[in-house]
Amino acid sequence: MTTPNGDGRPVGDDAHLNGRSVDSGPTGNETAGEAPLTAAAGGWHRAGGADLTRPKRKRRKGGGGWGGGNREAAMVPDAEFSSYYGRQIVKTPTWKNPEVPLYLFLGGAAGTSSVLGALAEFTGRPTLARNAEYAAAGAALGSVVLLIDDLGRPERFLHMLRVFKPTSPLSVGSYILSPFSAFTSAAAGVRLLELAPVLRTATTVLPFLPALTRFLPGLRKTSAVAAAAFGGPMATYTAVLLSNTAAPSWHEVHTELPYVFAGSAMAAGGGITMALTPVAEAGPSRKTALTGVALELFMINKVENGHGLLSEPYHEGKAGTLMRAAKTATVTGAAFTALLGRTRVGAVIGGTLLAAGSVMTRMGVFEAGIASTKDPKYIVIPQKERMAARKAGEAVAEDEARSVVR
Amino acid sequence: MTTVSSASPSLEGADSRNRLFGPLPDVSADAGYEEDHPSRVGFFTDTSVCIGCKACEVACKEWNTLPMDDSHGVLDQMGMSGMSYDNTGMLGANSWRHVSFIEQSRAVDLPMPTFGAPGADRHDHGQPASAISPQADSGLAAQTSVLNAEALSEFDPQTTVTGGAGDTQIRWLMSSDVCKHCTHAGCLDVCPTGALFRTEFGTVVVQGDICNGCGYCVSACPYGVIDVRKDDGRAFKCTMCYDRLTDGLQPACATACPTQSIQFGDLDELQARADARLATLKSQGVETARLYGRDESDGVGGVGAFFLLLDEPEVYGLPPDPIVTTRDLPAMWKAAATGAAMLVGVVASSFLGRKR
Repeated sequence: MTTPNGDGRPVGDDAHLNGRSVDSGPTGNETAGEAPLTAAAGGWHRAGGADLTRPKRKRRKGGGGWGGGNREAAMVPDAEFSSYYGRQIVKTPTWKNPEVPLYLFLGGAAGTSSVLGALAEFTGRPTLARNAEYAAAGAALGSVVLLIDDLGRPERFLHMLRVFKPTSPLSVGSYILSPFSAFTSAAAGVRLLELAPVLRTATTVLPFLPALTRFLPGLRKTSAVAAAAFGGPMATYTAVLLSNTAAPSWHEVHTELPYVFAGSAMAAGGGITMALTPVAEAGPSRKTALTGVALELFMINKVENGHGLLSEPYHEGKAGTLMRAAKTATVTGAAFTALLGRTRVGAVIGGTLLAAGSVMTRMGVFEAGIASTKDPKYIVIPQKERMAARKAGEAVAEDEARSVVR
Repeated sequence: MTTVSSASPSLEGADSRNRLFGPLPDVSADAGYEEDHPSRVGFFTDTSVCIGCKACEVACKEWNTLPMDDSHGVLDQMGMSGMSYDNTGMLGANSWRHVSFIEQSRAVDLPMPTFGAPGADRHDHGQPASAISPQADSGLAAQTSVLNAEALSEFDPQTTVTGGAGDTQIRWLMSSDVCKHCTHAGCLDVCPTGALFRTEFGTVVVQGDICNGCGYCVSACPYGVIDVRKDDGRAFKCTMCYDRLTDGLQPACATACPTQSIQFGDLDELQARADARLATLKSQGVETARLYGRDESDGVGGVGAFFLLLDEPEVYGLPPDPIVTTRDLPAMWKAAATGAAMLVGVVASSFLGRKR
């Protein structure tokens, strides 16, 4: 579009009288939500043509438009709407990428591993317990680093702990992550101390340690159980973290995302511990991973297909690519686990693929929410529909009230 | 005078009704202020008399010493947005007032008199000459005096006729956008440090020495107001000049506004004034006028800074039906708790059965 008026028609062309939305163009495919608004608008529509603030790479349908172009390919039919020069309405989250998606992944993997580790402690699976506890501690410490790194003022991380706010998932999350990382580190730390060389080295600093060795297994098990108590919340609270925002494609799926993350966490935690542990002890990991995959695939289908326009970002662009890749990795990983999970090679391949699938699921969900903030259509159209539905509901209620009076 | 609670409202008090959304008669009391707190203040921005002078933007930048940025929030950049007279572009960490400019046109097959030179169609209404200049063309005078109720009855205040074209009419919508200081503020709800707090005036302010730049408020604001300043790392937004309010002054933008488009005062008083203004405009035939953010039963419980608009909110870059994201938080926590229990249950059950 090079001329201000796009297709060069005179301002106020009759074709634009009714389609007052900035993007109407001559096609004028009115949506249900748009029609009643037209009458109140007095025939006004935005003058002028090309929207220079919009990224030029976006594909457009049709020859021209009246600014505010929002006509990129969509799986939902293009609806017309107005916007301020096509500019986004809500802000794009400032969270760093890939730090935050990786944090989401590590939190899930650590959460599942901690529960696996604690239960393995008491069911005679020492290798699984060891690996799960190390995995949980490593991932939890990684989470802490990523979360602090994401802050604009990392040195103020402890400000997170000066209040507790149930209305802030990040505050609640801080109170989940802090004890969780402390307990997982304690369990892993005690486990390290039980190794003879480590104990010898540590004794040079703390000479009283050998006297305490008989308490170490109990301390380790207690820490592992305490960590496991925070393992479940650690895996799912991050879904609330994303959903409790104004990013439309995150908020819309707020009752489904926690289950997606729970499933993804089980696939990741099960997969990682399965890959690290001899097959004889890794039965619970395999079962956990497979159940997680089933839950994840079932719930992600609802997220991707159940929300009309707001599901669209999960299919398009970078998010769509990641989501598709995640599904491929997850399904392949699950197949390896189910068929070859009782061989060492199969377990390693399957577990790695499951973990990779979980990483990409988190990245895909993250990118989809980001994308949904960048186009005003994801704000305006659903909110307009919500208003229209509410109005219709009120009209029905009024009718009913009237008929009752009569 | 009072104690400030930056902790979550839902932690205190027994009444769980309307703590997360819906009308709230006294936001300051809800935040923990005692009975003697000042009444809630706000802005009423009447865009029908905004002339787009940007005095509010300048006054705000000056008073709050906000850094320069371009229309995309890039610091220390000067650049034209290329879309209108609006080179501020958006609200953000460095722009706490933003005047939007929308040029609109319509064809004039509407029930209107014939058109000639600007204002020529006003002659036949017998409008008495304005006090500003008795000799002047009465239509021109009516257009000059936009605050004159008589003049308003003659035409949509921001309407003019394109000279010579003859078949179209052009109007400019100008609106000074600002932080809404919501009754249920998403930014305040999600802030994990307590840096954002409710003032005794019912406004929402960031404490710069507490904010650790987590950016959650940025994602939570349904209006896209608050943002993180890149080189600083912390979040910034309109404070409704908290420093000035505590000294009995009006906010800088309202003080600078030459047309009283930005009115500052006690919120209930402003609401009454806005209702009256809307009724006046409606009676004068400005059918497109509507109040935005006035309705206390909306998704954010009404806002402290509300607007009189002449078109749909989205035309001005405002969300048509904003909701505070924490309205749905109980459902989210429930799903997360169920998901967490499911995870533990699945892992536990995977240990059952034969030991392999």
